[in-house]
Amino acid sequence: MLDIARRFRVDNISPLDITEEILQGIKQDPLNAYITVDETGARNAAKEAEEEIRQGSDNLLLGVPVAIKDNICTKGVSTTCASNILSNFVPTYDAHVVEKLKNSGVVIVGKTNMDEFAMGSTTTTSKIGPTKNPWDITKTPGGSSGGSAAAVAADLCAASLGSDTGGSIRQPASFCGITGLKPTYGSVSRFGLVAFASSLDQIGPMARSARDVAILYNAVKGYDPKDSTSVAMKYQPTSLDGLDMRGIRVGVPGAFFGEGLSTDVEKAVKDGISVFKELGAEIVDIDLAYIRYGVAVYYIVATAEASSNLARYDGVRYGLRGNNADDLIDMYIDTRSSGFNIEVKRRIMLGTYGLSAGYYDQYYRKASQVRTLIIQDFAKAFEVCDIIIGPTTPTPAFGLYEMIDDPLSLYLLDIYTIPANLTGLPALSIPCGFTKEGLPIGMQLMAPAFREDILLGAGISFQDHTRFHEKRPQWNMM
Amino acid sequence: MEYDVIIGLEVHAQLLTETKIFCSCSTIFGDKPNTNTCPVCIGMPGVLPVLNKKVVDFGIKLGLATNCHISKTNIFARKNYFYPDLPKGYQITQYENPLCEHGFLDINVDNTVKRIGITRIHMEEDAGKLIHDLKSHRSLIDFNRAGVPLLEIVSEPDIRSTAEAYSYLMELRQLLVYLEICDGNMEQGSFRCDANVSVRPKGSVSFGIRTELKNMNSFRHVQRALDYEINRHIGIIESGGNVLPETMLWDAVSNTTQPMRTKEESHDYRYFPEPDLIPVVVDDAWIEEIEKRLPELPRDKRARFVNVYGLPEYDAEVLTQSRSVADYFEQCVSLLNSPKEISNWIMTEVLRVLKEGSEDIKTLKVTPEMLVSMIRLINDGTISGKIAKDIFEEMATTGRSPELIVKEKGLVQITDEDILKDIVREIIENNPKEVDVYKKGKVQLLGFFVGQVMNATKGKANPRLTNKIIREMLKQ
Ligand SMILES: [Zn+2]
Repeated sequence: MLDIARRFRVDNISPLDITEEILQGIKQDPLNAYITVDETGARNAAKEAEEEIRQGSDNLLLGVPVAIKDNICTKGVSTTCASNILSNFVPTYDAHVVEKLKNSGVVIVGKTNMDEFAMGSTTTTSKIGPTKNPWDITKTPGGSSGGSAAAVAADLCAASLGSDTGGSIRQPASFCGITGLKPTYGSVSRFGLVAFASSLDQIGPMARSARDVAILYNAVKGYDPKDSTSVAMKYQPTSLDGLDMRGIRVGVPGAFFGEGLSTDVEKAVKDGISVFKELGAEIVDIDLAYIRYGVAVYYIVATAEASSNLARYDGVRYGLRGNNADDLIDMYIDTRSSGFNIEVKRRIMLGTYGLSAGYYDQYYRKASQVRTLIIQDFAKAFEVCDIIIGPTTPTPAFGLYEMIDDPLSLYLLDIYTIPANLTGLPALSIPCGFTKEGLPIGMQLMAPAFREDILLGAGISFQDHTRFHEKRPQWNMM
Repeated sequence: MEYDVIIGLEVHAQLLTETKIFCSCSTIFGDKPNTNTCPVCIGMPGVLPVLNKKVVDFGIKLGLATNCHISKTNIFARKNYFYPDLPKGYQITQYENPLCEHGFLDINVDNTVKRIGITRIHMEEDAGKLIHDLKSHRSLIDFNRAGVPLLEIVSEPDIRSTAEAYSYLMELRQLLVYLEICDGNMEQGSFRCDANVSVRPKGSVSFGIRTELKNMNSFRHVQRALDYEINRHIGIIESGGNVLPETMLWDAVSNTTQPMRTKEESHDYRYFPEPDLIPVVVDDAWIEEIEKRLPELPRDKRARFVNVYGLPEYDAEVLTQSRSVADYFEQCVSLLNSPKEISNWIMTEVLRVLKEGSEDIKTLKVTPEMLVSMIRLINDGTISGKIAKDIFEEMATTGRSPELIVKEKGLVQITDEDILKDIVREIIENNPKEVDVYKKGKVQLLGFFVGQVMNATKGKANPRLTNKIIREMLKQ
C-alpha cells in the first residue's frame, strides 16, 4: 500500500494503470480469490483518485486497490456471503466501513471469497468453490476471510477488509503470510457487516505489512451511531512509527504452547519472541487458566447468535425463495434447505439446541458465565504485561479438503484466536517464519482493549527488523 | 356450585413516538403499505437496531404512573420464531429485565376501590401486518407497523370479574392517553388486549387450568369474550370435564371462542440477550427528569375536582375523562368562579359538539373565554338559557363572540313588562277556547301560552317574567 502510494507520486504511475493491472490479474487468478469484481466502480474511483493525486493530495489511501470480503455490504454491488441464499442480493446501502473507504479515495476492486456466512476456517464452503493458498495451491488459504488473505498475498489487491468472529482474519493472514488485525470490539462499526455472531464479529484490515494495516485501520475505525455496540470515544490515529520495545512487558502464556502445536510453528513463534527480547522487551510468563474452555464457550455463543441472526433468510422479502412448496412451512424448509450449506445448517442446529427451553441454562448461560471468567483472566494478565504473544494457529496451512469430514478437529484449531473474540480484545497476526516446506507461519499479538497502538507499534518494530512479511509466494505472476 | 374467576390481562400499547423503536421510519397509521420502511425495519442483511430513547421515556412515565419499580439496567432480548410478518425472524423485546416491575393500578368497582397488581411493563417492537388478498389468493405483507414501539403491560391475576377487567382496561387506557404516550384506539389496534382466564370453586386456593384469550378488538369484544370463556370453563367443569390449557381466539361473528391451531402455539421462543444493543442504564437523574414532567393523573384530578370545585362525582368523572377537557374546564373556572354552571355547559353542549364533529377541544371555536362570556350574559339577564343554546351553536360554527351574536341578531331578552303584557293580551284574545279550558282548571295549558309568547318573540321573552304575567292575566 505504502509502496503503491509512492509509485503514484514518485514514479508517476497512474491509479488507472494499477487498477487495470489488478483487474487483469484477477481475470487470470487461479486462486478463486474473488466472488465479484466491480470493474466499472474500480475504474471510476481510479479516475477520481488520479485527479486528486495530480492536484497534490498526500492522502496515502488515494487510488489504492482494496478488496472487501463478501459479507460486507456494498451499495449496488452484489453481496452474497458466498451463499446461495443471498446469491441475488444487492444491498441498497454501504457498510459504514465501505462508506469510509470510499470517502478516503480507495479503489474498491471487488468482493472476496469466504466460507459461507463466515462459518469456517478453510474458504472451502463457498458457493463458488474454494480459494487456494498462493504459497501452495493444494493448501487452504485459511478462512473465513480466505479470499481477502489470498488476494493480498497474490498481489490481487494492495489491502483488504476481512471479518473476524473466531479468528477469520488472523488465521488466513497467518496461512497466507500477511498481516491481519482483529480490532477491539466496538472500534470498527459493524453496520453493513452481515452478522454471523454479533457479540464476536469485528471487521478488520489485512495487508502485507503492519504499517499498511495501520493505515487501513485508521481509515475504518471510529464511532458510528448506526451501530449501538460501537464505542463513542475519541479515536487517535495510530502512529506509523514503530514502538520502542524497551521496557515493554511481553506476556507469554504457557497455555499457548501446549499439546497440538506443530514444532515448526513453535520454533518460529519462539524465535519471534526472541526478536522482541533483542529489541529490549521483557518477557514474562503468564497464566490464562480459563482459555482451555474457550473453544467450547465460543461454539455455544457463536452458534446461538448465528441461529438467530440467520433466521431472516426465510425467502419472504429477498434472497432465494424455495418454490417447491405448498404452504408457508414448506417454503421455509425448501428455502433454507437449498439455501444453506451443511456447515451453516450444522451451526444453526447447534445454536438452536443451545438456546432451547431446558438447555439454555446449561449451555448458553453457562457459556456466558465462563466467557466472563475468560475476560477476567485477561484483565489480570494485563496487570503484569503490556502485550501477549503466542502462535496464531497451532499448524500452518493444511490440505484444502484435509479436514472436511472432521469439523470438531477443525473447530479446535481456533484455540488461540478465539479468546480475542470472546474478550473483545484486539489481536494482530504477523508473519514470523516459514515451515521447512516454505509455508508461512503467523504470530499473534494481543493487547488491552483499544490499545491497537501497542499492537501495531510492536508489529511495525518487528517488521522493521525482520523480512518475513516481504517474502512473496513463488508462483507470483505480477 | 359457585366459582371464583381469575383473570390476568396483557395489554399492548402502541406508543405515540414519531419514529419507530429501532430506526427513523415514521410510525404514522394508515399510510400506503410499505412506505414507512427501511433496511432496518424490514430486516435486511447487515443492518443494526438503534434504540429510540423516547420509548424508554414513555415506559418510565407509565411505570411511575403505575407505581412500578424502574429497572436500572435494561437488557433487550430476542424472541425467536418464524412468521412472515416478523422480518428478522425474531422480535426484539425484554425478557429477564423488564423496564418496570411490581406496580399497581387502582380501579373503581361498584363504588369501591380495588388495587390490581402490575407484574411488569416492558418495551418491544411490533410486527408487520399480513393481508390475505382473496382475489389473487395471495398473502401480502405491510411492514409499516414493523418496528413501531409497544409497551406490554402485564397485570397480576388479580381481576375477579368481567366488570373488573373492563374497569381495569378503561383506567389503563385513560392513563396512557393522559400521559400522551398512546392514543388508546382499540379498533385501530393501538391498544390491544389478551387475557388469561381460569375459574375455580369458590373458596379453593389452587388455581384452575387457564386459557389464553386473544383477538378481542374492542372493549365490547373483551367483555363478551370473557363472559363466554368463563361460562365455557364452568360448563366443562360441571359436566365433569377438564379445561385444556389452550390459546383461544375470539370469533366476533359466531360470538364464541375457538382454540388456535396447536401448531402455531407450540413455540419455544429461545430468548437470549440481544447482542446488537447495549444495556440501557436508567439512572436516578433520568427518572427524576421524567417524574418532574409527569402530569396530574386521572384519579388525582378526579378527586381534586370534587374537593376543590365541589363538583358531584359524576361531573368530575366526565370532565376528567380527557386531559384536554379537564384543562378547558379549569380555564373557564379561572375566568368565572361558577364551577357547576360551567360543568353543566361543558357536559352538555361542549361534549355534544365534540362528539358530533371531528373536532378536538383544542381546535374548538368556542374558547373558554367565549363560553364564560356567554354564561355571564345569562347571569346578568341579557339572554335566556334557551337563547344561549342557539348562541352556543352559532359560536361553534362561526367562532364569533357571544356579545356580537346577541347584538347582530337582536337576541337581547325582552324584560319589559309592558311589552310582554301587550303580547300576552293579544294571545288571550286569539285563543278563547284554550283560555276557557285553562280557567276550568287545566293549568297544564300554561305551557301552551308560554310557547305562544316565545313564538311571537322568537324566544327572546324572559321566561320567568312571561310565566308570571300569563298567570296573572289569566286569573282576571
Ligand atoms: Zn425503518
